[in-house]
Amino acid sequence: MADQLLDAKGLNCPLPILKAKKALNALPAGGTLEILATDPGSVKDFEAFCRTTGNELMEHTVDGNVFRFIIRHSA
Amino acid sequence: MANESNATSMSMIVTKGSLDWGYPPFILATTAAAMGLEVTMFFTFYGLTLLKKKLDLKVTTLGNPAMAMPMMGMHMSMPNIVAALPGVDSAATAMMKNLTRKKGVASIEELRDMAVEADVHMIACQMTMDLFEYKLDDMIEGPVLGGAASYIETATKSDINLFI
Repeated sequence: MADQLLDAKGLNCPLPILKAKKALNALPAGGTLEILATDPGSVKDFEAFCRTTGNELMEHTVDGNVFRFIIRHSA
Repeated sequence: MANESNATSMSMIVTKGSLDWGYPPFILATTAAAMGLEVTMFFTFYGLTLLKKKLDLKVTTLGNPAMAMPMMGMHMSMPNIVAALPGVDSAATAMMKNLTRKKGVASIEELRDMAVEADVHMIACQMTMDLFEYKLDDMIEGPVLGGAASYIETATKSDINLFI
Protein backbone atom coordinates (compact mmCIF):
# COMPACT_ATOMS: atom_id res chain seq x y z
CA MET A 1 0.00 0.00 0.00
CA ALA A 2 1.44 3.35 -1.02
CA ASP A 3 1.47 6.35 1.32
CA GLN A 4 -0.54 8.48 -1.08
CA LEU A 5 -2.93 7.85 -3.97
CA LEU A 6 -3.22 10.04 -7.05
CA ASP A 7 -6.16 9.38 -9.32
CA ALA A 8 -5.16 10.74 -12.74
CA LYS A 9 -7.71 8.72 -14.67
CA GLY A 10 -9.17 10.61 -17.63
CA LEU A 11 -6.33 13.13 -17.68
CA ASN A 12 -4.14 13.55 -20.72
CA CYS A 13 -0.50 14.52 -21.26
CA PRO A 14 1.15 16.20 -19.43
CA LEU A 15 -1.29 16.38 -16.51
CA PRO A 16 -0.58 12.94 -14.94
CA ILE A 17 3.16 13.79 -14.77
CA LEU A 18 2.58 17.31 -13.46
CA LYS A 19 0.16 16.13 -10.78
CA ALA A 20 2.48 13.26 -9.83
CA LYS A 21 5.39 15.68 -9.44
CA LYS A 22 3.27 17.87 -7.16
CA ALA A 23 2.18 14.89 -5.08
CA LEU A 24 5.76 13.57 -4.81
CA ASN A 25 6.96 16.96 -3.59
CA ALA A 26 4.46 16.78 -0.75
CA LEU A 27 5.82 13.38 0.34
CA PRO A 28 8.83 12.93 2.61
CA ALA A 29 11.92 11.22 1.15
CA GLY A 30 11.22 7.50 0.91
CA GLY A 31 7.46 8.04 0.74
CA THR A 32 5.53 6.19 -1.94
CA LEU A 33 2.93 7.45 -4.38
CA GLU A 34 0.42 5.29 -6.22
CA ILE A 35 -0.84 6.74 -9.48
CA LEU A 36 -3.82 5.55 -11.53
CA ALA A 37 -3.94 6.72 -15.13
CA THR A 38 -5.80 5.91 -18.32
CA ASP A 39 -3.46 7.75 -20.71
CA PRO A 40 -1.58 5.00 -22.61
CA GLY A 41 1.28 7.49 -23.16
CA SER A 42 1.78 7.71 -19.41
CA VAL A 43 3.59 4.36 -19.37
CA LYS A 44 6.58 5.59 -21.35
CA ASP A 45 6.31 9.00 -19.74
CA PHE A 46 6.48 7.80 -16.12
CA GLU A 47 9.50 5.65 -17.02
CA ALA A 48 11.21 8.68 -18.58
CA PHE A 49 10.17 10.91 -15.68
CA CYS A 50 11.65 8.51 -13.14
CA ARG A 51 14.90 7.95 -15.07
CA THR A 52 15.41 11.69 -15.39
CA THR A 53 14.46 12.75 -11.88
CA GLY A 54 15.93 9.78 -10.01
CA ASN A 55 12.63 8.84 -8.37
CA GLU A 56 12.22 5.09 -8.25
CA LEU A 57 9.50 3.45 -10.33
CA MET A 58 8.84 0.51 -8.02
CA GLU A 59 5.84 -1.01 -9.71
CA HIS A 60 3.93 -0.71 -12.91
CA THR A 61 0.85 -2.83 -13.61
CA VAL A 62 -2.08 -2.74 -16.01
CA ASP A 63 -5.65 -3.57 -15.07
CA GLY A 64 -7.92 -3.33 -18.10
CA ASN A 65 -7.45 0.20 -19.37
CA VAL A 66 -6.10 1.54 -16.10
CA PHE A 67 -2.35 1.87 -15.59
CA ARG A 68 -1.08 1.75 -12.05
CA PHE A 69 2.33 3.06 -11.03
CA ILE A 70 4.07 3.15 -7.67
CA ILE A 71 6.84 5.68 -7.36
CA ARG A 72 9.14 6.16 -4.38
CA HIS A 73 10.14 9.72 -3.67
CA SER A 74 13.88 9.31 -3.75
CA ALA A 75 15.11 12.37 -5.65
CA MET B 1 19.52 13.49 -8.81
CA ALA B 2 19.92 10.83 -11.47
CA ASN B 3 19.59 12.99 -14.51
CA GLU B 4 21.16 10.67 -17.07
CA SER B 5 21.14 13.21 -19.87
CA ASN B 6 22.95 15.85 -17.78
CA ALA B 7 20.69 18.49 -19.25
CA THR B 8 19.65 20.77 -16.44
CA SER B 9 18.22 23.74 -18.27
CA MET B 10 15.97 24.54 -21.20
CA SER B 11 14.99 27.72 -22.93
CA MET B 12 12.44 28.37 -25.60
CA ILE B 13 11.36 31.18 -27.86
CA VAL B 14 7.58 31.34 -28.01
CA THR B 15 6.43 33.06 -31.19
CA LYS B 16 2.89 31.89 -31.78
CA GLY B 17 -0.31 32.75 -29.95
CA SER B 18 -3.10 30.67 -31.39
CA LEU B 19 -5.07 28.17 -29.31
CA ASP B 20 -3.30 25.19 -30.90
CA TRP B 21 0.22 26.67 -30.97
CA GLY B 22 -0.11 27.86 -27.40
CA TYR B 23 -0.01 24.28 -26.16
CA PRO B 24 3.48 22.97 -27.08
CA PRO B 25 5.48 25.65 -25.20
CA PHE B 26 3.45 25.34 -21.99
CA ILE B 27 3.32 21.54 -22.11
CA LEU B 28 7.09 21.31 -22.59
CA ALA B 29 7.88 24.03 -20.05
CA THR B 30 5.75 22.53 -17.28
CA THR B 31 6.99 19.01 -17.96
CA ALA B 32 10.65 20.04 -18.07
CA ALA B 33 10.21 21.94 -14.81
CA ALA B 34 8.56 18.86 -13.27
CA MET B 35 11.57 16.83 -14.41
CA GLY B 36 13.91 19.15 -12.55
CA LEU B 37 15.09 21.42 -15.34
CA GLU B 38 15.42 25.16 -15.02
CA VAL B 39 13.17 26.59 -17.73
CA THR B 40 13.06 29.99 -19.39
CA MET B 41 10.42 31.08 -21.89
CA PHE B 42 10.93 34.13 -24.10
CA PHE B 43 7.61 35.41 -25.43
CA THR B 44 7.91 37.42 -28.60
CA PHE B 45 5.67 38.58 -31.45
CA TYR B 46 2.38 36.64 -31.43
CA GLY B 47 3.60 34.47 -28.57
CA LEU B 48 3.37 37.49 -26.29
CA THR B 49 -0.41 37.28 -26.36
CA LEU B 50 -0.10 34.10 -24.25
CA LEU B 51 0.89 36.30 -21.29
CA LYS B 52 -2.28 38.39 -21.31
CA LYS B 53 -4.35 38.11 -18.12
CA LYS B 54 -7.44 37.43 -20.17
CA LEU B 55 -6.75 34.86 -22.85
CA ASP B 56 -9.01 34.79 -25.87
CA LEU B 57 -7.11 32.33 -28.04
CA LYS B 58 -8.47 31.11 -31.32
CA VAL B 59 -7.64 28.44 -33.81
CA THR B 60 -8.02 28.73 -37.56
CA THR B 61 -8.21 26.03 -40.18
CA LEU B 62 -7.23 28.61 -42.82
CA GLY B 63 -4.04 27.53 -44.57
CA ASN B 64 -3.80 24.50 -42.33
CA PRO B 65 -4.45 21.44 -44.51
CA ALA B 66 -3.19 19.08 -41.79
CA MET B 67 -5.91 20.16 -39.37
CA ALA B 68 -8.59 17.51 -39.52
CA MET B 69 -11.11 17.54 -36.69
CA PRO B 70 -12.88 14.36 -35.68
CA MET B 71 -16.49 14.83 -36.66
CA MET B 72 -19.35 12.35 -36.94
CA GLY B 73 -16.93 9.44 -36.90
CA MET B 74 -14.77 10.90 -39.67
CA HIS B 75 -12.04 13.47 -39.93
CA MET B 76 -12.99 16.71 -41.58
CA SER B 77 -10.56 19.19 -43.00
CA MET B 78 -11.80 22.48 -44.31
CA PRO B 79 -11.20 23.90 -47.78
CA ASN B 80 -9.67 27.38 -47.50
CA ILE B 81 -12.63 28.98 -49.21
CA VAL B 82 -14.89 27.68 -46.43
CA ALA B 83 -12.36 28.39 -43.68
CA ALA B 84 -12.33 32.05 -44.71
CA LEU B 85 -16.05 32.50 -44.07
CA PRO B 86 -17.12 34.54 -41.03
CA GLY B 87 -17.91 32.33 -38.06
CA VAL B 88 -15.82 29.36 -39.14
CA ASP B 89 -12.89 30.29 -36.86
CA SER B 90 -15.20 30.61 -33.84
CA ALA B 91 -16.78 27.27 -34.67
CA ALA B 92 -13.36 25.59 -35.01
CA THR B 93 -12.26 27.22 -31.74
CA ALA B 94 -15.36 26.03 -29.90
CA MET B 95 -14.83 22.56 -31.31
CA MET B 96 -11.18 22.48 -30.21
CA LYS B 97 -12.05 23.63 -26.66
CA ASN B 98 -14.78 21.05 -26.51
CA LEU B 99 -12.37 18.32 -27.61
CA THR B 100 -9.71 19.29 -25.06
CA ARG B 101 -12.28 19.15 -22.26
CA LYS B 102 -13.60 15.81 -23.46
CA LYS B 103 -10.13 14.27 -23.76
CA GLY B 104 -8.85 15.48 -20.39
CA VAL B 105 -6.36 17.90 -21.93
CA ALA B 106 -5.56 20.88 -19.72
CA SER B 107 -6.57 24.39 -20.76
CA ILE B 108 -3.82 26.86 -21.69
CA GLU B 109 -4.75 28.88 -18.59
CA GLU B 110 -4.26 25.81 -16.39
CA LEU B 111 -0.87 24.98 -17.92
CA ARG B 112 0.26 28.58 -17.66
CA ASP B 113 -0.71 28.70 -13.97
CA MET B 114 1.28 25.51 -13.43
CA ALA B 115 4.28 26.99 -15.24
CA VAL B 116 4.18 30.07 -13.02
CA GLU B 117 3.80 27.86 -9.96
CA ALA B 118 6.80 25.76 -11.05
CA ASP B 119 8.97 28.91 -11.19
CA VAL B 120 9.41 28.82 -14.95
CA HIS B 121 11.23 32.05 -15.86
CA MET B 122 9.30 34.15 -18.34
CA ILE B 123 10.65 37.02 -20.38
CA ALA B 124 8.19 39.27 -22.21
CA CYS B 125 9.71 40.87 -25.29
CA GLN B 126 9.84 44.63 -24.70
CA MET B 127 9.99 45.40 -28.42
CA THR B 128 6.80 43.42 -29.07
CA MET B 129 5.10 45.20 -26.16
CA ASP B 130 5.87 48.51 -27.91
CA LEU B 131 5.13 47.24 -31.41
CA PHE B 132 1.66 45.92 -30.63
CA GLU B 133 0.96 48.52 -27.93
CA TYR B 134 0.40 46.02 -25.15
CA LYS B 135 -0.04 47.45 -21.67
CA LEU B 136 1.81 45.99 -18.71
CA ASP B 137 -1.50 46.09 -16.81
CA ASP B 138 -3.01 43.62 -19.27
CA MET B 139 -0.29 41.02 -18.66
CA ILE B 140 -0.05 38.45 -15.87
CA GLU B 141 2.31 39.06 -12.96
CA GLY B 142 5.64 37.30 -13.09
CA PRO B 143 7.27 37.79 -16.50
CA VAL B 144 10.18 40.22 -16.63
CA LEU B 145 10.64 42.54 -19.60
CA GLY B 146 13.65 41.94 -21.79
CA GLY B 147 14.95 41.74 -25.30
CA ALA B 148 16.99 39.57 -27.63
CA ALA B 149 20.18 39.98 -25.58
CA SER B 150 18.41 38.76 -22.43
CA TYR B 151 17.25 35.69 -24.29
CA ILE B 152 20.64 35.01 -25.89
CA GLU B 153 22.35 35.21 -22.52
CA THR B 154 19.91 32.60 -21.21
CA ALA B 155 20.39 30.45 -24.33
CA THR B 156 24.18 30.41 -23.93
CA LYS B 157 23.66 28.89 -20.49
CA SER B 158 20.91 26.43 -21.42
CA ASP B 159 21.44 22.83 -22.46
CA ILE B 160 18.31 22.74 -24.62
CA ASN B 161 17.10 25.67 -26.73
CA LEU B 162 13.85 25.49 -28.67
CA PHE B 163 12.08 27.79 -31.10
CA ILE B 164 8.32 27.31 -31.20
